[in-house]
Amino acid sequence: MSLADAAAPPGGFWTTLHKYVNIYRVSLIERLAYRSDFLLGTVLRFLPLLTTILLWQAIYDSARAGSDPADGPKAFGSGAVTFTMDQMIAYLLLVHISRMFSSMPGLAVGVARSIRSGDLKRYLIQPLDMIGYLLAYRAAHKTAYIATSFIPYAVLFILCAGFFDTVPDGPTFVLYIVALLLSFLIGFLFELTIGMVGFWFLEITSFLFVVNTVNFFVSGHLFPLDLLPPFWAWLFKLLPFQYLAYFPAAVFLGKVPYDELAQGVLIQFAWVVGLYVLSRWLYARGLRRYSAYGG
Amino acid sequence: MPVIEAVGLTKTYRVFQKQPGLRGAFAGLFWREYKEVRAVEDVTFSIEPGEMVAFLGPNGAGKTTTLKMLSGLIYPTRGTATVLGFTPWERPDAFRRRFSLVMGQKNQLWWDLPAADSFQLHREIYSLPRDRFERTLGQLTEMFGVEKLTRQPVRELSLGERMKMELIASLLHEPQLLLLDEPTIGLDVVAQGTIQRCLREYNQARGTTMLLTSHYMRDVEALCNRVLVIAHGRLFYDGPLSGIIERFGSTKLIRLQFEFEPVPADLDRYGAVKRTGPVAELNVERAQISEVLAAILDRYAVVDVSVQDPPLDQVIARVFEASRPEEAAHVPG
Repeated sequence: MSLADAAAPPGGFWTTLHKYVNIYRVSLIERLAYRSDFLLGTVLRFLPLLTTILLWQAIYDSARAGSDPADGPKAFGSGAVTFTMDQMIAYLLLVHISRMFSSMPGLAVGVARSIRSGDLKRYLIQPLDMIGYLLAYRAAHKTAYIATSFIPYAVLFILCAGFFDTVPDGPTFVLYIVALLLSFLIGFLFELTIGMVGFWFLEITSFLFVVNTVNFFVSGHLFPLDLLPPFWAWLFKLLPFQYLAYFPAAVFLGKVPYDELAQGVLIQFAWVVGLYVLSRWLYARGLRRYSAYGG
Repeated sequence: MPVIEAVGLTKTYRVFQKQPGLRGAFAGLFWREYKEVRAVEDVTFSIEPGEMVAFLGPNGAGKTTTLKMLSGLIYPTRGTATVLGFTPWERPDAFRRRFSLVMGQKNQLWWDLPAADSFQLHREIYSLPRDRFERTLGQLTEMFGVEKLTRQPVRELSLGERMKMELIASLLHEPQLLLLDEPTIGLDVVAQGTIQRCLREYNQARGTTMLLTSHYMRDVEALCNRVLVIAHGRLFYDGPLSGIIERFGSTKLIRLQFEFEPVPADLDRYGAVKRTGPVAELNVERAQISEVLAAILDRYAVVDVSVQDPPLDQVIARVFEASRPEEAAHVPG
């Protein structure tokens, strides 16, 4: 029996792409088995949104009480970009859309756990790249999630149409979609990178808790970064976190000046590349350590 | 060309020594003491295509560590290995397509979905052509007798059925080498029997080389005519199963059935006696068998007599005991 005559190992970019697209397809079938969870999850997600909207209405009302009505609608913001109450509510709705693409529940913990439990073995034994597999799987997860929550979100946006004073024009809308897709990749790569820490530390949950808390704030999930003092707004806009929530929403609302739009998306893309390189590097180093110490 | 060729494989782990108690836990935050643990030491063997070989040893003997090196999960501290013509820990795709490792119940199956969906994923991972995949899958489910179960969510299957699905998944890409770590652990006798039968049939039909670890003698007796005995990281026997008894079983078992109870009391002078009713079992040094037997038959009225080898697991247990070094080190995996 010759050992070399087995199926020639398929290689090359297109074969590999084909393989991971198929893994995406199979994972999609798996994820759709949980569609009822998605639906419930989507509805439950609206509840905190309602309280946030009421909170902001109260803040705007009390701010208006002390000012001259002749100044027009009250707007918050420390620099050139300001938000009226309607825009604020529209922003918070749009942040939900950003998070729909960028949030990766359980990815970092899952990676760390598979390192600890030894489930990582699978990626070393099978002709399967962990990062490629997780990406295909998460993409399937997102597709299923977005598809099942499309109708409830559409209803919500129609109900809230009054808060949107402008609608983006064609080119802005295209860039908005690109920004959302890139925010999926940034969210994925960021959580993946955090998960790699599991190669060096057994327990990453407290670390993850700190990261998530900071992230909630600096990504603009809580409120638009423009409300911060100019220095902090400038600083946080240098970090990749803003692309997880703030940036796509700001693009949609026309808060990013027209001539900076394409540049913003390019910087976002650069972060995708940077985080990809970082996670690959950590993975390679982690595997070397894993192969030396145990498994 | 051998399928597996291991030369001087050695794996040393550095293990953190935690002092007991809270004080020790604090101290551990600042300075740590490490201890070198030799999980596998200078292990050399080679396995030819089509062989079914068992790795025998107590827990922590180094069986799993050796399998991990052969499958490329970890690299050795010293020594080399060539598996299917590759160096396993370089992990080229061509190598990964040609073998399978099944580790106990660590499952690669989606819990909430039917096994058939996980098999589909395997097809994609290994880029198997559809017709070949369908054919292999059909043959495997028939052989394991689980045709009706592949559409049922994995969580609803019994442990034995899940293990069968696990094995099917590992054979879908028709590997040339199958590494099995405790394939029947925790299973009932019937499921164990089915899995043994299937592995044997598969080996005969396809000539797939198999290396399995087990501490169930039943597995080993049923499947392998060659065993590697490892204890405390060292390989100290490589040969046929029966050879273990010849080499390490220094005594034989004489079973005597008497006509009446009680069994004569002065039987003890010939060796250790175990009495059950009118039956006595006597452990006797091999060299003295004929002498003792003659004396007994001469003195007592015996209804029936037989001379047997002691049970294999007893011999092996004694071998493991004897091989224990002064310092009993805990070895992972």
